[in-house]
Amino acid sequence: MDGFGGGPGGRGQGRLPDAFLRPGSSSFVEFLAEHAPDRLPGAIGAGGSIGAAGAVAGQGGYPRDLAPHATTIVAVTFDGGGAAGADGGSAATGSSGGVVMAGDRRATAGPMIASRSIEKVFPADEYSAVGIAGAAGIGIELVKLYQLELEHYEKIEGSLLSLEGKANRLATMLRGNLPMAMQGLTVVPLFAGYDLERNQGRIFSYDPTGGCYEEREHHGVGSGSLFARGAMKKLWRRDLDAAGAVGVAVEALYDAADDDSATGGPDTVRRIFPVVASVTAAGYSRLPDDDVAAVAERIADERRERGSLA
Amino acid sequence: MNMPFYVSPEQLMKDRADFARKGIARGRSVVVLAYDGGIAFATENPSRALHKISEIYDRIGFAAVGKYNEFENLRVAGVRYADLRGYTYDRSDVTARGLANAYAQILGTVFITESKPLEVELVVAEVGATAEDDQIYRLTYDGTVADEHGHVVMGGQAEQLGRKVGEGWRADMTLGEALRLAVTVLGSSDGGTPRTIEPGQLEVAVLERARPRRAFRRLTRQALAELLAEAPGETESGGEGGTATPQAAPASSESAEPTESAESTEPESTEPTGTTESTGSGESTGSDESSGAAEPSESSDGDDSTPEPPAAPREGPPQD
Repeated sequence: MDGFGGGPGGRGQGRLPDAFLRPGSSSFVEFLAEHAPDRLPGAIGAGGSIGAAGAVAGQGGYPRDLAPHATTIVAVTFDGGGAAGADGGSAATGSSGGVVMAGDRRATAGPMIASRSIEKVFPADEYSAVGIAGAAGIGIELVKLYQLELEHYEKIEGSLLSLEGKANRLATMLRGNLPMAMQGLTVVPLFAGYDLERNQGRIFSYDPTGGCYEEREHHGVGSGSLFARGAMKKLWRRDLDAAGAVGVAVEALYDAADDDSATGGPDTVRRIFPVVASVTAAGYSRLPDDDVAAVAERIADERRERGSLA
Repeated sequence: MNMPFYVSPEQLMKDRADFARKGIARGRSVVVLAYDGGIAFATENPSRALHKISEIYDRIGFAAVGKYNEFENLRVAGVRYADLRGYTYDRSDVTARGLANAYAQILGTVFITESKPLEVELVVAEVGATAEDDQIYRLTYDGTVADEHGHVVMGGQAEQLGRKVGEGWRADMTLGEALRLAVTVLGSSDGGTPRTIEPGQLEVAVLERARPRRAFRRLTRQALAELLAEAPGETESGGEGGTATPQAAPASSESAEPTESAESTEPESTEPTGTTESTGSGESTGSDESSGAAEPSESSDGDDSTPEPPAAPREGPPQD
């Protein structure tokens, strides 16, 4: 019966390794760690690159000066038009709420502007968005892997993770970057999504050690977040609709760019405007640049009229 | 005295092929066909959760017949393969051809070396930028890969149903026309009287060329009902002489499988949704030789060309 093909010895040649066929995990990161750990970004899972990062820090000054850093990200929830006041009861589909996330377009390496047109807000999946502040290279790689992680889960399980599930997954992946964060290559994401069970937009923030905290109403991360948060505190109202939330987010970035050198404002010469995305029951959608330009212009006009010099 | 009987390689391969074919023929058929906006997959599957049609990657879909646990394992392997490849290189570097080759290696190796071949048949389809770039690969239990054009049917009575699809299929069908054809053909699988299959009993998905990134989309029951009802009088695409409007009054218990209870005593049994019924009239999937003959030819292997359902004697053993 087994005179054919050489039994188990026949395996391995030209065939997918057993890891592919092993039942179990729905996580791509776990699969990667098991099957191809060398392809994991930076230090996720493997502590091997601590030494490398230390060497970089030692020879070339602070990593902050070497690696481009992404700056300010804000997220603003809104409740939709008809839902003012009522909480869970207004869950009926239609004009229910959502969340808007926006990020400026500047990356800096020390005092230099490394990029004027970097994008730092991404769709995590159909119903969530993720923005990154901190070391851009590591952050973008983290986002790429995170997007894949969510899609992989969705394809294998045939269903979406809950919003908390997605938020926690990001925390776990971020925790793997701790050794790099200790060396100065910190990544701080901001995660926002539409909760299909509660029918509302929600925001989650993180710290470099992987702590995950739910934020209410609005939040900002990155070097300009101090100013952006201050602006949002004054501008945010409970009855914001989607357009209002976009206005608040863009204005908060405007304020951040005003006072933080690492945050870029709207660039009307090159026509580079913040990336603004909204996540609602209809899914993730990025606002066209022209719409953002109109909002940015309106804000500039309002401020001109006010005539303040400060 | 412990020496095993000599079995000729020809006989060994033939036995294995017969074994696999019998298992596959018990399952419900899957129809895959191109339409003007992409590629559609349709099968009869009352389960909402246990899919026979799935997404592998952005432009690549997967359909299978046979033992659920075996093709589910292959599906997961395919998703891992595609995601790893796309992550390592670029999303555009994941192709149906590469995936089909990987599957062929698994199927072929298992067919030769393991004690039992995989009782599955797969289709890997990729929707391209234009209809000419579409790719449909059919993989059989022994690792054979066939590059199909336009349409393919696998599962019980694949040969017979494939002919019916071939008669009615045109390259420029709309999705509604293509699905009506598919459903009519699936409904004629019992050999005898054609029956109508209601949308709730169908699993239908499409790879839509126009969608930006992930082309795969499942059709909900409601969307499906609307598509099937679009032009109820339509007959020419049916190829069945307009036997019935594909969707009609709630189908009676015909699709609820009288055989199900008997079949599903084992939780792991081949198709969790009941499998025996489609095998009434002999099998037609058979190519006799193990690997060489890709296309199922109308062979009736001597041993089970009788209408006797081959399923019955082989209920227990393969499930483990």
